[in-house]
Amino acid sequence: MTNMLMGTAGAGHSARAVRTRRTLLQVLSGWQLYAMALPTMALLFVFSYWPMFGAILAFKKYKVKDGILGSAWMNPLLRNFQALNSADARQAIRNTLSLNFMFIAAGTVFALALALMFNEVRHKAYKKVTQSLSFLPYFISTVVIGIFASGMLNYENGSINGMLAALGREKIGFFMEARYWPLILLIVTIWKGAGYSSVVYLATIAGVDSELYEAAKIDGASRWGEMWHISLPMLRPTVIVLTLLAIGRVMNADFGLFYNVTQDMPTLYSTTDVIDTHVYRLLRKRGDIGISTAVGLFQSSISFILVLISNYAARKIDDSAALF
Amino acid sequence: MTGASPKISAVPGKAGAKRRPSAGSFLIHLFVGAFALACLYPFALVIAGSFTTKAYSTLHGFTLWPGVGGLTLAAYQSLFVNMTFIVNGYKVTLFTTIFGTALSLFTNSMMGFTLSRKQLKGRRAINFYVLFTMLFSGGMVPWYIICIRYLGWMVDTVWALIIPMLAGPWNIFLFRNYFTSVPDALYESARIDGAGDFRIYSGIYIRVSAPVLATVTLFTALGFWNDWWLGLMLIKDHTELYPLQMLLRNIISNLQFLQTMEASPQVQALMASIPSDSVRMALVIVTTGPILLLYPFAQRYFVKGIMVGAVKG
Repeated sequence: MTNMLMGTAGAGHSARAVRTRRTLLQVLSGWQLYAMALPTMALLFVFSYWPMFGAILAFKKYKVKDGILGSAWMNPLLRNFQALNSADARQAIRNTLSLNFMFIAAGTVFALALALMFNEVRHKAYKKVTQSLSFLPYFISTVVIGIFASGMLNYENGSINGMLAALGREKIGFFMEARYWPLILLIVTIWKGAGYSSVVYLATIAGVDSELYEAAKIDGASRWGEMWHISLPMLRPTVIVLTLLAIGRVMNADFGLFYNVTQDMPTLYSTTDVIDTHVYRLLRKRGDIGISTAVGLFQSSISFILVLISNYAARKIDDSAALF
Repeated sequence: MTGASPKISAVPGKAGAKRRPSAGSFLIHLFVGAFALACLYPFALVIAGSFTTKAYSTLHGFTLWPGVGGLTLAAYQSLFVNMTFIVNGYKVTLFTTIFGTALSLFTNSMMGFTLSRKQLKGRRAINFYVLFTMLFSGGMVPWYIICIRYLGWMVDTVWALIIPMLAGPWNIFLFRNYFTSVPDALYESARIDGAGDFRIYSGIYIRVSAPVLATVTLFTALGFWNDWWLGLMLIKDHTELYPLQMLLRNIISNLQFLQTMEASPQVQALMASIPSDSVRMALVIVTTGPILLLYPFAQRYFVKGIMVGAVKG
């Protein structure tokens, strides 16, 4: 029958019927594939797409008994967003951006330097051991990192205060003084992530044609020269792309890090409160669903735009490195 | 892509062409070593701290070696007295880690397989459906409201610690990319032999995917083992369902609770002799120990994971 239909030249309608039929057959023969995708699609629907829809709560006055759809609209509609103008929210946004930019800049420089140095270590065992240790922190939960920080920084028996006391200096109440925390959080971030990032950079260096190095050596280049004129330029696209992708996420902070390492101390909020912890507090402490959703929606909308822009830019530089 | 073991050294076989060790090279070795030690230091401090007496730590703070006089097993004894809640936490975490990882691998790899079949109608749409969840999120609050208000059956059960973490777009794309690199001939010939897609996936593709399976297993298991977020958000009244990391977060209140509950003089004396930080540190050792023990074996998959991590949607 298919043959017959296809033989009827010029019958647009029948040709479409055949196409539809073929599509239908393709879909049917792939039914197992669709079935295999179904569990994950359902999970993503429930835990990603449904919350996206649920974000309309930012424009509503949520009542548990009325649910998301049934709750009344806010009047005026954008009233919940006025909370973005509060001192707390502005502080959280400022902290998120400034800390993240600092993490990106210092973190990249440090990881890059570390990778170049690892690359210069010729002793195999020494390199293996030091490198393994360098990304050990990546395996640790932020709760444990919080306990590490407390063991070093707390007033009564922290190791740093112990040393200060031994030197006859005054102890520092780290958990009472906000001004130390940008630096502390930077150190923790580098401690946790530098080893990880350096592996990515090392992989890039490993991909560099070794003939380049051979040629440089014949030309009498020093190790330093090799590093400066070959490794570093070769790393440039990777660095730019990773930095761009990080900038795409500059509105998002690692909630676990900020929540657990600072022990959620209100004394430190002025430098450590970020959007994620701010939203969490609005939700759990103040229980304000509408406002916390609004602040979160503001964050994820800006984030969405930034991700699109940074990914577009990353693709311009290296087609294979972009996220999508 | 994942088959070959990753080469970290950029310039292979330089042993023959030895250069004179310079001051710069010495400094580099020194710095790299110092960073490695800095990465290790908190671990060492916590191990030492878990054995430190209250008297010593109040006087000198925690140190790497409190001296023989400053050593005590009291923190571990107090954990031993409170065994039940640790054993409970271990049971919960082991269950979520093992069962959650297995389930997550199963569902995500199936999804990855579907996305790797180029002839599939609607493949691009499904791909976008997965990708979009990485780009935009409704935020923590609607997620929480939906879990609490609409998925109430899940709250305060062990499923709350597993189900929300199952779908992982990143892992899906890792699987998809790996499956795409498998020669199509394998699929076609099995198809001709009359095998269905699921048979081909479970009988062929999964069997040739050891490298990507190892990497995803490592990261997924680590995610479950280290998770406290779901416990914090979705375990409200049934605190016996707290995973280990949640116990660790709440240890202080837990210990105070136990102190008042089991006010045997023996326990009271024990509690007085150790800093509560030491008990937390002992619990860190008990809960993080498995990771540290497995680390030497797991870390090479970790490196591989980063290498294949350059994922595209």
